[in-house]
Amino acid sequence: MKFKLNGATEQYDGDPGQPLLWALRDSYGLTGSKFGCGIGNCGACTVHIDGRAVRSCVTPMNAVDGRTITTIEGLSPNASHAVQRAWIEEDVPQCGYCQAGQIMAVASMLSATPNPTDDDIDRQHTNICRCGTYVRIRKAIHRAAAYLRQEA
Amino acid sequence: MEIAALSRRQFLMATLTATGGLMIGASLPRITTAKSSTPLNAFLTIEPDGKTIIGVSQPDMGQGMYTTMSMLVAEEFDADWSRVSVEQLPLMLTRDAEGNMAWKHVPQGAGGSTSVVNLYQPLREFGARARQLMLGAAAKRWNVATDALRTEPGKVIHAASGRSVKYADLAQEAAALEPATEVPPLKSPSEFRLIGKEVGARKVREVVDGTTTYGIDVQMPGMRHAVIARCPYFDGELAEFDDTDARKVPGVLDVVTMSGPGTGKPYSTMAPGVAVIAESTWAAIRGRDALKIRWDEGPFRGETTAGFDDDCRKALDNDSAGLVVRSDGDLDAALDDAATVVTRRYRLPYVHHATMEPQNCYADMRDDGCTVIGPMQMPSGASRLIAGLTGFDRMAIDIRMTRLGGGFGRRLTSDFAAEAVLVSRAAGVPVKVTWTREDDMAHDFLRPGGWHELSAGLGEDGVINAWRHRVASPSKYYRREDATAWEAEVYTDDPPAGLVDHLRYEYLEMNSGAWRGSWRAPAHTANAFTVQSFIDELAVESGRDPLEYRLALLGEARELPYSNHGGPTWNPGRLAEVLKVAADKAGWGRTYPEGEGLGIAGHFTFGGYVAWVAHVRVGPDGGLRVLRLTGAVDCGLAVNPNGIRAQMEGGACDALSTALGEEVTIDGGRHRETNFHQYRLMRIDQAPRAIDVHIVQGSDQPAGLGEPPVPPLAPALTNAIYAATGKRIRALPIADQLMT
Repeated sequence: MKFKLNGATEQYDGDPGQPLLWALRDSYGLTGSKFGCGIGNCGACTVHIDGRAVRSCVTPMNAVDGRTITTIEGLSPNASHAVQRAWIEEDVPQCGYCQAGQIMAVASMLSATPNPTDDDIDRQHTNICRCGTYVRIRKAIHRAAAYLRQEA
Repeated sequence: MEIAALSRRQFLMATLTATGGLMIGASLPRITTAKSSTPLNAFLTIEPDGKTIIGVSQPDMGQGMYTTMSMLVAEEFDADWSRVSVEQLPLMLTRDAEGNMAWKHVPQGAGGSTSVVNLYQPLREFGARARQLMLGAAAKRWNVATDALRTEPGKVIHAASGRSVKYADLAQEAAALEPATEVPPLKSPSEFRLIGKEVGARKVREVVDGTTTYGIDVQMPGMRHAVIARCPYFDGELAEFDDTDARKVPGVLDVVTMSGPGTGKPYSTMAPGVAVIAESTWAAIRGRDALKIRWDEGPFRGETTAGFDDDCRKALDNDSAGLVVRSDGDLDAALDDAATVVTRRYRLPYVHHATMEPQNCYADMRDDGCTVIGPMQMPSGASRLIAGLTGFDRMAIDIRMTRLGGGFGRRLTSDFAAEAVLVSRAAGVPVKVTWTREDDMAHDFLRPGGWHELSAGLGEDGVINAWRHRVASPSKYYRREDATAWEAEVYTDDPPAGLVDHLRYEYLEMNSGAWRGSWRAPAHTANAFTVQSFIDELAVESGRDPLEYRLALLGEARELPYSNHGGPTWNPGRLAEVLKVAADKAGWGRTYPEGEGLGIAGHFTFGGYVAWVAHVRVGPDGGLRVLRLTGAVDCGLAVNPNGIRAQMEGGACDALSTALGEEVTIDGGRHRETNFHQYRLMRIDQAPRAIDVHIVQGSDQPAGLGEPPVPPLAPALTNAIYAATGKRIRALPIADQLMT
């Protein structure tokens, strides 16, 4: 199968049932997407497929044929995406392990809901942060939303 | 990682001594290999463009070591913070004159909130020594006296002549100088440019762009992937297995067995198992799925959570069952004389660490040594364990820490490193062992569960004259000869010891097969919950305000002896102060409508004082909303205020998540929960939208803050629930207890 990965065309002929996450990490050397649960529950593995957030640990390779995949490594040059800048400015990460997934999920959420209320965030953002950086995540989401509105 | 790892390996090759031994942590640091950069000492390297690379000796699991530790070095060096970048140093050991293993430079490891305490002095000294070299080089270049010079961030200045020179331009001359044997004078706090200031955190960018290498991300030349089927039963054994189908899975290369620790022995690995080695993680997972294994279910096959709870309650029913570990005054007489005696029981669950990064480790076993790379809180413990397993000289064991995707005490134990070493040796290839989430949840050193019974004898005015605390729990100290069980679960100098004249602490050691260990602030979590809940109950019983009641118990500021970790003394006045500040900032005393209220609790943990006020609302249906948390913290000198706020916020959320819904239940001698759909971690919708943190500096010496924020949060929460609803939560987790 063929797909686009962070702008480059890739050919894959391995196990079609392999989750996208493991292919990204082991075959393509893209380790920014993290393994957290393997059941699509925690969101640490979040990537974009055709611009929408999906949990790559439960997305088999045979589902990505012809699709466009963006991982944290391809989200922006130089960590310049509004969500990444907001994450740096609010100093969100502690251990940092979940944060790539958080950022990918938020980037996707903001494209559908550009001006989220706190209740929107509660409903739509479901990634786990075990360090409990939620207060800063919330601030960073609002900050990123403001940046994106300025850019629009 | 591959490029960096290769260059590091090449660098190691270049530092082989004449006798063939490996110079670990020699005076040349391993933090960089660029030819043009200039190492000043083990912690500081300058690049020609002025970039200052500071090596951090401590593992960072989210507690902010990369920033806080490098601030200490940078402060005394007078580094330009905007040009500081940080690298993780490997484990650096040496052999002293008597042939004993010793720290090469500083103690390394992260546990007990000790890093800033242990390293506040030595890291500043490394910085000051390097600054002295800069001054010396400038003095030589300009032919002036050293004391005619001063530094500004990143440069040396000779005020008399108006000359200045950047550190980067002096670095080579500075590095050629002989370092002074005496430690130069350190700055006084009024001269601090970084310590205590709001400086930007380091190594955030690498997290948000996905380039940080965690242990699970390590890729090395020739590396294979391994996944292990471990015996899920406490003290169970591998009976038999059939790997025929596993070996047929495409990509599977080998199947090997792995030994367990042996019954009653200290842990090396956690359990025996069968490892599948493959070309990819996925192939290893599929190969493991295809194994047919029969386990011997072991001596605890009948253990259940309900049975364990029963055992604890029955133990407490026997009034004379406890081992007395502290006894002050005449408790029995004081209870007899009391106007009122109040007795309550509280229940604590077994709790899982659930680091977001599951356990993993890379090991490359060679004939004469090994390289081990992974997320370790205690790299020296890993080194010792591996030396025991392999017989290698410890100087031949190269241990490198990655950034840790969470620790919380889980990675104090190095069983995952032992596994990687055993599997690499058995398979004859370098391997990275990866744990799935199910593996991580099935095998963890849990925070011990148990039941506590507290009794107090009150005078007419509610004054506490007698206090008895009985702890029925298994200990996290077990299977080891160097420790006494009760010491891990009851801290004998914890308040109200020293505050109540007639007092007795007792321990009832319970039997359980569950793997147990250190969980962020260990027994302080259980003891703060029970003690701070009980004090609240006594205040209510006495018709007194919970804050005022606590302050009356604590009394004046004074140093009381504290022989447990975090001593040698503690000061009730500092605890009173954080309670007052938190209460004041939270608007304590305000009245709220039915279903809404404030709760307060404070605790002294490992040298730090923290108080929380929780503001909650409980709906008519029992729905709980934590509206706001207000915290006050006194960890002495606040080195990194932003880091302190982060630990307070994160610690509060950790404790809140745990109190709301976390429990590992046991059925048939194994854990029942398998993944996050059953072990429920808090998400953003349950997190408070506001956490306010107020920093109080009660000392000019710093205390660590990885753990102190956690213990007082759960009782502040349950006390708030009581204030809001009149319902007293005495068993954790809260789960559905508020549902009507």
